[in-house]
Amino acid sequence: MLMKAVGQKQLSMQKSVPAIPLTRKSLWKRIVENKALYLFLLPSVVYLLIFHYIPMYGIQIAFQNFNPALGFSKSPWVGLQHFEDFVSGYYFWTTLRNTLTISFYSLLTFPIPIILALMLNEVQNYKYKKFVQTVLYAPHFISTVVLIGMVTIILSPSTGIVNHFLAMLGFERQYFMIQPKAFKHIYVWSGVWQGSGWSAIIYLAALSAVDPELHEAATIDGASRLQRIRYINIPTIRPTIIILLIMKIGSMVSIGYEKAYLLQNDLNLEMSEIISTYVYRRGLLNASYSFSTAVSLFNSAINIILLVIANFVARKVSETSLF
Amino acid sequence: MAKSKLIKESKGDRIFNGVNLAFVTLFLLMVLYPLIYILSCSFSDPHLVANGEVWLYPRGFNLEGYQRVFEDSDIMIGYANTIFYTVVGTLINLLLTLPAGYALSKKFPGRNIIMTIFFITMYFGGGMIPTYLLIRDMELYNTRLVLLLMGAVGVYNVIIARTFFANTPKDLEEAAIIDGASTLRTFVQVVIPISKALIGVLTLYYAVGHWNSYFNAMIYLRDDWKKPLQLFLRNILISEELSSAMSDMANDSEAMAEAERLKQLLKYSVIIVSSLPLLITYPFLQKYFDKGVLIGSIKG
Repeated sequence: MLMKAVGQKQLSMQKSVPAIPLTRKSLWKRIVENKALYLFLLPSVVYLLIFHYIPMYGIQIAFQNFNPALGFSKSPWVGLQHFEDFVSGYYFWTTLRNTLTISFYSLLTFPIPIILALMLNEVQNYKYKKFVQTVLYAPHFISTVVLIGMVTIILSPSTGIVNHFLAMLGFERQYFMIQPKAFKHIYVWSGVWQGSGWSAIIYLAALSAVDPELHEAATIDGASRLQRIRYINIPTIRPTIIILLIMKIGSMVSIGYEKAYLLQNDLNLEMSEIISTYVYRRGLLNASYSFSTAVSLFNSAINIILLVIANFVARKVSETSLF
Repeated sequence: MAKSKLIKESKGDRIFNGVNLAFVTLFLLMVLYPLIYILSCSFSDPHLVANGEVWLYPRGFNLEGYQRVFEDSDIMIGYANTIFYTVVGTLINLLLTLPAGYALSKKFPGRNIIMTIFFITMYFGGGMIPTYLLIRDMELYNTRLVLLLMGAVGVYNVIIARTFFANTPKDLEEAAIIDGASTLRTFVQVVIPISKALIGVLTLYYAVGHWNSYFNAMIYLRDDWKKPLQLFLRNILISEELSSAMSDMANDSEAMAEAERLKQLLKYSVIIVSSLPLLITYPFLQKYFDKGVLIGSIKG
């Protein structure tokens, strides 16, 4: 996530500066001169064409009744039937509601890494700051399976520490993992635990670009620490915040199925089935290839619309935008 | 350090420092506690763990959990597979990403077209089902190759590499080219040796991805002996939780209770054993991702 935004932004900036070759050589000569560079790129481009572009071509099955035996070209076309089936089906509202709930809930936690970075930036003991950073990054390196495993252990009704604590205080033990209502909280806050430190890196890096002279001048003028954070640090990292926010909104609906799938069980499915896990369940477990590709395409379309809207609003409001 | 500051701190600033430090420490403890808890449980007597008597430091010191992990053939097979996928997969990643990033940091005809080919994949893809059908048509289903090839090029990582190469001093490279070295030779013998920070960061990113992923393996692999560690972890940590919780409620026989005890025992140590390699590696590379490479990509 971090690098996405930054790289993208930077690239679009470079693109706007046209390269002016000092000496104009013939196109063919320039291609021959650079043949090694084309060879350098060849494996990656071939990889992308096969593993990314061929599947894009395969999206056409969303508009077919795809039959593997017949292939893409001979499978019958059905137009938008699968989309209609999905939208009028029982799972449409359930999965859409669950997806949007998780998305907006996650979006609310967006400021946490920013606040964390601003606070860390004010820690004056260098060694302590390094130590805190090292600890906060650690959960990022834990796999999703282990993360959910830890959550399961800690929330276990019979042996989990949370329930021992509840029991000690005289409350009833709760089986959180099968409670539909607990799903969104578990999903979002385990993500905060795992990702906040790592997400703060990019803001910390941006904060290290603040000119120290600004702080000195402000201090001489009598600005307090809070004022300096508000009027110097936050404005400095504002473009970074906006870019990351656009990215976040753009990928809001494409919630990682990896984690949601691990948190699902038969009992919490009414709240935990999101569009992407529904695609997996219908597509691969039930082999409804065409239908689930249509559902997945619907999801991508929402994503792209959100991304474009977020980008448009950001450009109007702040003159910072992704593209 | 506060003392070395030219201007003396006001009282308000000292209060600010105290409050800030308190919040940072609170955050630290919230992140640290679950890790310490699991670690302590892994060294404790499983009965004491189950009864909630372990909450901070190990009690009834016990290494049986670790012993069981290393005796478990599934876990060991998974571990070996994961090491294989991580090492070979990351090598493939680097062999594709580094030259691509280097090439894209240069100017040549058609660069923007190739760049666009890379970019589109960041925002749009075929999705799960068309990819699955492709893998099946290519007869890669249930082969080890599928885990090595999928995600062979991370476009974000190519951008990181490109930015890094674009910002490294060109003197050595130019000297090599004037001396008549080919592009390939310049890249291998001159550019690569001065790109340790980049290689470190990319290796970390890719290796973490391989080590921790489970979904592709779950979809594409059928044979148990090809499966990576994460799938076995999933069986131990998650899938059986429901059944074990239900058996808790039933009247357990002595043997079932014993089996349950061993699984409870395995849980904590297997988390530690599977996560440790990454957790002890990244602090050594931390200096690179705090500054160096990321900063480069921000400033452009």
